Amino acid sequence: MADFTGARFTGTDIACIRGQRVLFAGLGFDLAAGGALLVTGPNGIGKSSLLRLMAGLLPAAAGRLRLTPGGDAAAGPAYLGHGDALKPPLTVAETLAFWTRIAGPADNGARTRAVAAAVDLFALAPLARVPCRYLSAGQRRRVALARVVAQGAPLWLLDEPTTSLDDSGVAAFGQALARHRAGGGMAVIAGHGAVGADGAAVLEIARFAGRDVTEPFHRGLLAGASA
Amino acid sequence: MTAMATIIAHDTRLAFRRGADTLLVLGFFVLACVLFPFGIGGDPALLERVGPGLIWVTALLAAMLALDRLFAADFEDGSLDLLILAESPLELVVLAKAAAHWLATGLPLVAAAPVLAVALNMPPPGLVGLLAALLLGTPTLTLIGAVGAALTLGARRGGVLVSLLVLPLYIPVLIFGVAAVEAAIGGSGTGPRLTALAGFLLAALALAPFAAAAALRQATR
Repeated sequence: MADFTGARFTGTDIACIRGQRVLFAGLGFDLAAGGALLVTGPNGIGKSSLLRLMAGLLPAAAGRLRLTPGGDAAAGPAYLGHGDALKPPLTVAETLAFWTRIAGPADNGARTRAVAAAVDLFALAPLARVPCRYLSAGQRRRVALARVVAQGAPLWLLDEPTTSLDDSGVAAFGQALARHRAGGGMAVIAGHGAVGADGAAVLEIARFAGRDVTEPFHRGLLAGASA
Repeated sequence: MTAMATIIAHDTRLAFRRGADTLLVLGFFVLACVLFPFGIGGDPALLERVGPGLIWVTALLAAMLALDRLFAADFEDGSLDLLILAESPLELVVLAKAAAHWLATGLPLVAAAPVLAVALNMPPPGLVGLLAALLLGTPTLTLIGAVGAALTLGARRGGVLVSLLVLPLYIPVLIFGVAAVEAAIGGSGTGPRLTALAGFLLAALALAPFAAAAALRQATR
């Protein structure tokens, strides 16, 4: 069981610009160890952009993000986007082994145990030797989630994690999330109906969006971004 | 370093299971080389004269065929995001992916070239020169190609665009590659030409990963 005591993830005054449009600005949050953040809002409001920004894939137009991993954990977050990052010819076991080797526990034994636990949790054992091309959408999602769990990262960034999961899949995800948080792990989840996220803070992006781009503050941001 | 080895093993396994890229490149190379005698006639003296250039040009075009898939699949399925977030520098990831791509597409070209050269009536000393020149030259082609593939990521008709971007940059390798083979046939020293090819390779090794990594980061924004 990973221990992320003392982990913390904060953001202050974050702004995001996509295609000359300010998606949101002045957005802030503070996530302590064991905390979860639900990012909600209608389509196109910037939920996915916020998650990519938190992961470091998108540069923030303004503001600061700060991740303290806590414990003896590796620093980086585990990110799950719209893509499942599965290769059709490779088996489920090969996929999990590859990604945990790229971003996961450095120690061989710990990695094997982490993968085995994640495989158990998402009931993937019967599929271990099946090439990913034969998996259904829900099964693909299970593998992608098992990858996130096995990475053992202090922070999970999950974009619509329960898409195409069946009831047992959603339950398994809830269990994984609860365990992760019990160990001090943090999670940011975009989308609706998250399970295992009781006591989670809700971040409604709409509160930070929809401001007129002609406002001097936002004009300044745009000018800064294009300079 | 272990991450690089992991990526090379993963990508070569993928290429091996899929097989399409290797077969496409190799098939094109062999067919194009075999087509030429039909077009220009089977005169052995003529073939001997045009052989080195012909093999190099077709190898160059063949190496380009599979380039657009170098990062495209990773870009589409989200793997690229995870590779960028991984702890090992993206530059090393690029280098590892290029190495795997060369093992799957470049090495088969090098292996097939002597057979085709014999078919084109190349004298035995030329074969050694050809092998050495291709071994030094094709990795450079892959590395330059990686930059082109990264730059055209997400563009429509990326494959065509890669060719236009990358082909002009292949010219120095072509010139010195052919010169090395001709020097080997003529009995003059291949040393300077091979040294030049090695120089191109070192420059590409040093520069291409940075350029490609920068382009990849831009593409995922």
